[in-house]
Amino acid sequence: MTVAEVVFYLLALLSVIAAVGVVTVPNVVHAALFLILSLLGVAGFYILLSSEFLALVQVLIYGGAVATIILFGLMLTGGRDLPAVGPGAQWPLALLVSGALVVLLLTAVLNTTWPRDAGEMTLISINTLGSVLFREWLLPFELASLVLLVALIGAVVISSQEERES
Amino acid sequence: MALVLWGLFGVDMNVWLDAFLRLQLIVIVMTVTVMALIYVERKFVGRIQMRLGPMRTGPYGTLQSVADAVKLLTKEDLRPATADFWLFELAPYVTFVPVFMTLLALPFMEDWGVRDLQLGLFYIVAVSGVTVIGYIMAGWASDNKYALLGAVRSAAQLISYEIPLILAVLAVSMVAGSLNLNDIILQQDTIPNALLQPLPFLILLTATLAELSRRPFDIPIGESEVVGGPWVEYSGIRWSIIFALTEYAGLWGMAVLGSLVFLGGWEFPFGTSGFWGDFDFLYQMALVFAKSSFLILTMMLISATFPRLRIDQLMAFCWKILLPFGFLQIVINGIVLMYLDSEVTRDIALFATSGALLVAMAYVTYLATRQPSREARVAAMVAARSIQ
Repeated sequence: MTVAEVVFYLLALLSVIAAVGVVTVPNVVHAALFLILSLLGVAGFYILLSSEFLALVQVLIYGGAVATIILFGLMLTGGRDLPAVGPGAQWPLALLVSGALVVLLLTAVLNTTWPRDAGEMTLISINTLGSVLFREWLLPFELASLVLLVALIGAVVISSQEERES
Repeated sequence: MALVLWGLFGVDMNVWLDAFLRLQLIVIVMTVTVMALIYVERKFVGRIQMRLGPMRTGPYGTLQSVADAVKLLTKEDLRPATADFWLFELAPYVTFVPVFMTLLALPFMEDWGVRDLQLGLFYIVAVSGVTVIGYIMAGWASDNKYALLGAVRSAAQLISYEIPLILAVLAVSMVAGSLNLNDIILQQDTIPNALLQPLPFLILLTATLAELSRRPFDIPIGESEVVGGPWVEYSGIRWSIIFALTEYAGLWGMAVLGSLVFLGGWEFPFGTSGFWGDFDFLYQMALVFAKSSFLILTMMLISATFPRLRIDQLMAFCWKILLPFGFLQIVINGIVLMYLDSEVTRDIALFATSGALLVAMAYVTYLATRQPSREARVAAMVAARSIQ
């Protein structure tokens, strides 16, 4: 086994164990922290694939995102010392949906013809990425930002309305 | 030792051994710097407050940091009975490791850093953002109301101030056309970026103070409000990891980053092709040391002389002043860099627009912070009474 393979299997073990932890631990804060561990493992995969930019974006975005998730978890689970969650009454439905998702993803992965062999890597420099994103695909990029902006302003408007009524 | 240094400065060596030695060197330099910085801050703040600072341990108190370290390492490591074991024990490391990781991408001298990353600047910003997870872990796991309050405050503050920090860094990387720290330094051989981009420089300094939770932005850990915030339950070695290592290593790392990106690092007044041949690294080291010391002392001066902000002032300053001006700077940079070809006019335009934005930001801040007139205050009181 090469060094890269050893690193890959260690990262895979870390991400999978952490991902299982997210859905099995009863405590919301623990689950959120397992989530960041899993996402950092995925960032490690990106580095193994020489996509440093993607890996750094992953770390940057999810560091803040998980912090926010923890805050929401604390606020939404009431004033108890240990905010805990357990399986609700809808678990058969959730099992059905996630099972269907697994089947869908597996068929998609198995039926796709991948453009390259596993040994090859496409190196995309940050300059190419930037010019593709901001020249060729500028309009979709701007549309996506506009949608996010509308959502942001909507959230502010809704929360300030509630504040005024109370 | 000489052999080790030769290996680090260019002679071929096993990759793993090389990486290991570089890491060891960083660890040693970091520890010494942190102890020196603690002493310097105590002396400096003491001088500002018209007292002597540590005087008794060693000549002029120079051994005070060593004495403190011995005391902290031998002190009992307490953990509250109701604390969450794993999160409480791990939180200091989650806070410290990202700070240490930022040090690995800094080129302290020409061709000398632990690692020369193509996306170095972005790496530093991205990795240092993970620190907030450690704050929240500590605050929640301590099972203490003050700790939780501090954790929530630090989450709000650190996530907010990360955005102006990224904008400032982005503006400079637009001017340099690169995210590689070595490239950015090499472009500042005649004019440092602080002159071309004064507004992002100021934003970076402010956001750094906030990211490190230093006064006047020490709202998450303010002693008189939340008694130390997330760290209220920590003691002994864990507290020293957080306080000494994280806080001062972070200060050092951000000051070195500021001196490299904005003040020209080892490149600015003399250029790369120095006059000492093989010993160029000596004056390069001296330059980076002088520039980062200047930034550190500036931040200590600000910390020692400004009162703590209120939390709403802190958030308003970030979202209503730093953020819009950061965005404006990026838009203007884009226009200037796109349409001005000649280097001289480009530099003049960058300086003029960024300087104008800086003045505008100072004026807006002045308008927002000045005391309302007596008539306005009376009118507000009358209006408040009439509602009741």
